[in-house]
Amino acid sequence: MKTVIPGERNETQTIASILAGNTQEFHELIRPYERGVYVMALSMLKNKADAEDVAQEAFLKAFRNLHGFRAESKFSTWLLSITLNEARNRLRHRNAIRIESLDAPPDEQEHVTPALLRDWREIPSQTLERLEVRRMLQQAISTLPLIYREVLLLRDVEELTIFESAQALGITETTVKVRLHRARLMLQRKLAPQLKQIDPKRRWFSWL
Amino acid sequence: MVIDCKHVWEHISGYLDNDLAPEILEQVQKHLDHCEICSAILDSTRNILILTADERVFELPLGYSERLHARLDAEISRLGSGA
Repeated sequence: MKTVIPGERNETQTIASILAGNTQEFHELIRPYERGVYVMALSMLKNKADAEDVAQEAFLKAFRNLHGFRAESKFSTWLLSITLNEARNRLRHRNAIRIESLDAPPDEQEHVTPALLRDWREIPSQTLERLEVRRMLQQAISTLPLIYREVLLLRDVEELTIFESAQALGITETTVKVRLHRARLMLQRKLAPQLKQIDPKRRWFSWL
Repeated sequence: MVIDCKHVWEHISGYLDNDLAPEILEQVQKHLDHCEICSAILDSTRNILILTADERVFELPLGYSERLHARLDAEISRLGSGA
């Protein structure tokens, strides 16, 4: 049995309508994904101008190839897989390829040891108002090897399911899980000691 | 069966995704209940992922949306005119 979620049905209808000639509706179709596509591109390319350019290219490509979209994947998953491909092409055409190989996975077998702590006091999300905290997170994500960064972004930032992440990357669900696990532990290892230094009570306005 | 810390670390991600087989979950849970180190690792990982998913981490460039839709407009009218 297939459950139809209202929002999802609208999207399918919008796509059909665009294909029938109401091309202007494409603007509305993509609005919920503008942010996700950009963030995906930025995390891969680590450069704002390139990320914006790749995001635009991905949306244009989605528009031109919309007739090829099959409803067996969600539109968002399809869009992110186009973004991934665009970003990878850009990386290949850039010198970065010499520094970071797309194909050779960095020691995927080795276990990642997390940062050992005895207690953890939650870091409230208000601390994200502070530039230093945002920088800390961006920096930690950007230093993950590409194959781990991709999967972490899809699953934990774009909030795709394991299945959808596998679809977008063209890899098996098992591989997604293995890489995701390593990515998460690498982040924990890097960030937990840094974040522990953050004082959650420190106010944005220092005179308060 | 009693499992050690290293064994538990291998299941942190699966635990967070609620994706562990019942017998593994039980072992991991039992361990977490009395191991403060593994509990802190789990809590910190979960907390870090919550922070990572926050929209404030990555800012959109000013005018990004406007530029995107302008470019789409150009493409839509180009294709629409049969050029």
